[in-house]
Amino acid sequence: MIPELGHFALILALGVALIQVLVPAYGVWKRDARAMAVATSAAQTQALLVFISFGCLMASFINLDFSVAYVAANSNSELPMIYRITAVWGAHEGSLLLWVAILAGWTLAVSVFNRRLPADITATALSVLGVVSVGFLLFMLLTSNPFDRLFPVPQDGKDLNPLLQDPGMVIHPPMLYMGYVGFSVAFAFAIAALVSGRLDAAWARWTRPWTTTAWLFMTLGITLGSWWAYHVLGWGGWWFWDPVENASFMPWLVGTALIHSLAVTEKRGLLKSWTVLLAILAFGLSLLGTFLVRSGVIVSVHAFASDPARGVFILGFLTTVLGASFLLYAWRAPKLVSEGEMTLFSREGLLLINNVFLVVASASVLLGTLYPLVVDALKLGKISVGPPYFNAVFIPLFAPLLLMVGLAATVSWKRAKAGEVIRHLRAPFIIALIAAIAVPLLIHERAPVAVIAGGFLGFWAIVTALQEIWRRIRAKTGFVSGLVGVPRGVWGMSLAHLGLGVWALGVTFVSSFSVEKDVRLAPGQSIDLSGYEFRFEGVEPRTGPNYDSDFGTVTIEHSGEVVATVHPEKRLFRATQQMMTEAAVDHTPFRDIYVALGEPLDAQGAHTGDWALRLYYKPMMRLVWLGGALMVLGGLLAATDRRYRLSRAAESRVASNSVVA
Amino acid sequence: MTKRQKRMAAIAALLVGLGLAAALGFTAFRKNMMYFYTPSDLLAGTTPVGAKLRLGGLVERGSVKRGEGLRVDFILADCVHNLPVHYEGILPDLFREGQGVVATGSLQANGTFAADEILAKHDENYMPPQVAEALKVQDGKHACAPFKSVMPTEAKK
Repeated sequence: MIPELGHFALILALGVALIQVLVPAYGVWKRDARAMAVATSAAQTQALLVFISFGCLMASFINLDFSVAYVAANSNSELPMIYRITAVWGAHEGSLLLWVAILAGWTLAVSVFNRRLPADITATALSVLGVVSVGFLLFMLLTSNPFDRLFPVPQDGKDLNPLLQDPGMVIHPPMLYMGYVGFSVAFAFAIAALVSGRLDAAWARWTRPWTTTAWLFMTLGITLGSWWAYHVLGWGGWWFWDPVENASFMPWLVGTALIHSLAVTEKRGLLKSWTVLLAILAFGLSLLGTFLVRSGVIVSVHAFASDPARGVFILGFLTTVLGASFLLYAWRAPKLVSEGEMTLFSREGLLLINNVFLVVASASVLLGTLYPLVVDALKLGKISVGPPYFNAVFIPLFAPLLLMVGLAATVSWKRAKAGEVIRHLRAPFIIALIAAIAVPLLIHERAPVAVIAGGFLGFWAIVTALQEIWRRIRAKTGFVSGLVGVPRGVWGMSLAHLGLGVWALGVTFVSSFSVEKDVRLAPGQSIDLSGYEFRFEGVEPRTGPNYDSDFGTVTIEHSGEVVATVHPEKRLFRATQQMMTEAAVDHTPFRDIYVALGEPLDAQGAHTGDWALRLYYKPMMRLVWLGGALMVLGGLLAATDRRYRLSRAAESRVASNSVVA
Repeated sequence: MTKRQKRMAAIAALLVGLGLAAALGFTAFRKNMMYFYTPSDLLAGTTPVGAKLRLGGLVERGSVKRGEGLRVDFILADCVHNLPVHYEGILPDLFREGQGVVATGSLQANGTFAADEILAKHDENYMPPQVAEALKVQDGKHACAPFKSVMPTEAKK
């Protein structure tokens, strides 16, 4: 009964979504206020129906209703409750439902929080969001219905993919999807701007908080995904240039460019058509990402669907949506005239260069990700492009970006004075350079050029971001009043740039000073790695809720003292008979020690014989994620800046007056 | 400079920059591109010794031999030929005899394949998709039944 209810709600949602597309569009065309007003109620009804459907699938998982094919494929009676809930988005059908539910959530938010927008903009934007929703609902109902029944009903389910039975997986997909789908709001506003032909500072001010919010969720999702891969995949890496990672990284890069170009559009009324193009591209890349992940064209842990019909549908949808958007863009964008002149050495000039670098970076990821697929499709052989390609392309593209971040706050709008900029940045330059040489020497007693260069870029971003805050505080009389007086937007920008610097430091140190060793150890034997003594105490059998584990114990000593006792595990999941490595990590802010069990090497038995172990010493590993977290915090502060909240009423009054006039 | 000249200069600079980026990108691309082969392809002798490539096939049953330390040797086969593979390190969780793997490495002068990475990500048929594709015959089934999975493959719905 519950699954049918969910299925029915989904079909109704499709009907309501069609109304949400057609009626407001007719209203905008005929300037009929009543038809435009339908958008809001249709969006809210659709959201309710989709949420009901999502709730029904979740209920089927909680009740372990194995008559539902999707539940039977991704759950098991031994599966702990928390993973039963997250199994809802553990595979293809359910993650699509999550996609649609999050889209419904964003649409609901637009319909609630933008009541003060001009009616035609709201109606167009909601109609565009409706188009996206119709596409995905149709996709789900036609090719991947999560509520399909299974007969005969199996005794037990096949269990959730063990890789996904991890706390990191509980929140990573929803966060990432919040980001992916969130760019659809910026896209909808961009289309509304093209349709109405109005793109002014007020438009940029409506769009900015939405875009920043989508971006911060995406940042959070990517950071969580990286952290998950680090401790679940057992290879000790935090980024693999896996096609699915790239699929999320491309819209992130373009989204970052979009945030910056929106600033220029708001403050200076420039780069208007470029901003609109970026909004379309960011969403297009989100759709492409969904296509790559869901179509099974790539080999990855994430790529579960390999039904060609699905891929064809998404590719068709992608082509239609993007084709229509670009047509509209080509037709209307020339009308979006930018006011004023642009000089290169000004904040807007530097932001334009930043945009070029970010877009080129995104294009190079796209090339590395899609080229093997194209070659394969053309039957020219099977190739793969490894991480060395991406690293070789990325370092020269990111270094200038980090340099420019340091200039962000100092270079003024319109026209900057070189003398003033140099005077301001002399101190940060010297501090960053000294820190870049001193810190590696102090910690590791050597400072190769690559570390000094990377460290300089990181410290440069950090010091200049702090300098901006400091300058704002000093402008006021007292320290406390100064601290309170710093606008959230400035905090946001500075924290995000600080985060980028922290991330760069982390990446530099991890990639230069990590030590890794694969070793063979007998119980009781120990080995030295980077001054740490690892003693392998042995492995004992343990039983988990739905897996059997080989539970290892490793004692780590540093200069004669026990620093930590860690327990790396090998888990054999009973239902799927799949083996999983659960790495053990001991971390301080400045270093990670990472121990993973490899495999038993002796025929005589897993619990008495030798084991292969993978040991890592990774300095500054935490900074990589701390950097991501700071960027998220920065985005949060920037999106909630008070000028977005207070000025909205005033702005839309101005905007609607100018329409009448 | 007039406004027009300035704009032309800016566009020229942009194009030069983009060209440079593209050139760098493609160089990096060509250098790091790896082709995928099966043992038969390698034994046909068309690939140079020492070139970095990916080799896919099935691990022959009973061929996995552990040596000193983390040394491991096994035989990788497609339907027709097989090739000894040498690897030093930890095998992935999904590595099993009788199942498909992809090894990254190079062919040595003595005819063995030295792997520096072994990948065993695979689908429900216990095959990496590239391997399945390479071993496929007309009817869509794998041609080399004797090597096919030792694991019970449950019927998919």
